[in-house]
Amino acid sequence: MNKSIPPALKVENLHKSFGKVEVIKGISMTANKGDVITILGASGSGKSTFLRCINLLETPNSGEVTIGGETIAMKIGKNNNYMPANIKQVERLRSRLSMVFQGFNLWSHMTVLENIIEAPIYVQKESKAKAIKNAKYLLNKVGLSDRSDYYPSHLSGGQQQRVAIARALAMNPDIMLFDEPTSALDPELVGEVLTVMRDLAEEGRTMLVVTHEMSFAKDVSTKTIFLDQGNICEQGCPSDLFTNPKTPEFKKFLTRSFV
Amino acid sequence: MNLIWEYRQQLVDGTLVTIQLALASLIIAILFGLLGAMGKLSSNRIANMMAGIYTTAVRGVPDLVLILLVFYGGQEIINTIGKATDWWKYVEINQFMAGTCTIGVIFGAYYTETFRGAIMAIPKGQIEAGVAVGMNKFLVFRHIIWPQMIRYALPGFSNNWLVQIKTTALVSVIGLQDLVYNAFVAGRSTHLLFIFMFASLVIFLLMTAISDLLLTLLNRKYSKGMVRT
Ligand SMILES: Nc1ncnc2c1ncn2[C@@H]1O[C@H](COP(=O)(O)OP(=O)(O)OP(=O)(O)O)[C@@H](O)[C@H]1O
Ligand SMILES: [Mg+2]
Repeated sequence: MNKSIPPALKVENLHKSFGKVEVIKGISMTANKGDVITILGASGSGKSTFLRCINLLETPNSGEVTIGGETIAMKIGKNNNYMPANIKQVERLRSRLSMVFQGFNLWSHMTVLENIIEAPIYVQKESKAKAIKNAKYLLNKVGLSDRSDYYPSHLSGGQQQRVAIARALAMNPDIMLFDEPTSALDPELVGEVLTVMRDLAEEGRTMLVVTHEMSFAKDVSTKTIFLDQGNICEQGCPSDLFTNPKTPEFKKFLTRSFV
Repeated sequence: MNLIWEYRQQLVDGTLVTIQLALASLIIAILFGLLGAMGKLSSNRIANMMAGIYTTAVRGVPDLVLILLVFYGGQEIINTIGKATDWWKYVEINQFMAGTCTIGVIFGAYYTETFRGAIMAIPKGQIEAGVAVGMNKFLVFRHIIWPQMIRYALPGFSNNWLVQIKTTALVSVIGLQDLVYNAFVAGRSTHLLFIFMFASLVIFLLMTAISDLLLTLLNRKYSKGMVRT
C-alpha cells in the first residue's frame, strides 16, 4: 500500500451517548478510496448514529474523524462538552461527504433541478450554468431526465431517492454515506435505487452503506461491518463473513435476515 | 352625497393615517413575532421563558387597555426614568407612536405563535439535508427554512393581519386622527353619523379585500410543490 495516500475516512475510538445511554461504544474503522462498506445491525444497534457522527449531524462524546487525511478539530466547550473547534472546517468537510437519507429529505419547495444545483451553487460556488449542465447529466444517469421540473411531492419514493442520490453526487463527494436508502420504499421500487447504487460502486465511489439489503451487502460491498449494541461485533470481506459467521449475535442476525 | 364630497379631504387623510399605522405596526409585529418564535424554539431557558411571558401577558389583556396604558402611562414612566437616571431629556409620545408600538407589540404576540408553528411544520430532515451538504446556518435559514416558513405561516398570518387592520380603529380613542376618528367627527358635525360611519366601513372593507387578494397571490407563489398531507 502506498503510504502517501491517506485513507478516505478514518474513525478512531468514537463514542456517543444520548443522556446516560451510550449508543456508540468506541468504534474505529478505515475506508480507503473505492471501498464500499456495508454496515449491518439490528434496529437500535447504533448504525444511524454512527453514520451521523461521521458528518457531525450528531456530535460524538469522544473520538476522532479524519477525512482524506484531515482530522476534524474538536475542543472541550463551556459545559465540558466535546464539540467542533471550527465550524467552518466542519462545513467544508461536510461538503466532501454526501449523505443519502432513509426519508429522502428533498427540499419540497424546490424542483428536482433546483434541489440538485442548490449546494453546488451556494456551497461550492460553482457557476449556475455549470451546475445545471452537471445536474442534467446526473439526472440522466439516475434515469430521471424527464423529471427535472417536477416537485418532489409529485414523484414516487423510488424516484425521490434517485433524485436524492443525484443531489448527493452533484457535490462530487469523496465519500457517500447512505442510511438505509431503500427502507422507506415499496418493495417494487427498491430495485431501481439499488441499481443506481451498484453503478456507483462499480465506478469506484467510496461508499458507507447502512442497509438491510443482504444481497447488496454480499454482492456489492468490499467490506461488511456488523454492529451490535454500539460495538463492531464482526467485520471483514462479505463472502467470508456471510458463509462463516463467528459470533452468536451475527449468526442470529443472519438467520433472521434470510427468512 | 355632497356633504361626503365636502369632507373628502378628512376621509382621505384619515385613511392614509390608518394605512400608515397598519403598515408601521405590521413591521414591528413581524419583528416581535420572529423574535418571539426564535425565543420559543430556542434551547436557551431564559429566552424560552421571556417569550412565554410575552405572549401570555399580551394576549391576555384587552387591546384597548394596553393602548390607553401606553399612551397615558408610558410617557410618565419614561420621563420619570429619564429624570431619575439622567439618561435622556423629556420625551413626548405622540398618538401615532403610541398606537403603532402598542398594536405592533400586541400583534407580535399572535405572530409569534404563527411563526413558531410554521417553523415546526418544516420537516427536520430537510434542514438536516442542508446541514449535511455543508450549508452554514445563514444559508439553511435563507434557502430552506424561510421560504417554507412563509408558506406555512401565510394562512395564520392573513387572519392576524385582517384583525390587525381593524384594531387600528382603537387608536381613535387616544385622539389620533385616523379614518374612524375623522369619519366620526365629520358625521357628528353634519348630523349624518350613519352615512360617514358607513363610508369608513366601505373603506375598511376595501383595504381588507385588497390585502386578501395580495395574500392569496403570495400564497399561490409559495405553495409550489406543497401538497396537503
Ligand atoms: N436523538 C436521540 N436521542 C436519544 N436517543 C437516541 C437518539 N437517536 C437515537 N437514539 C437511540 O440510540 C440508539 C441507536 O439508534 P440508531 O438510530 O443509531 O439505531 P439504528 O441502528 O440506526 O436503528 P434502525 O435500524 O432502527 O435505524 C437507539 O436506542 C435509539 O433509541
Ligand atoms: Mg437507523
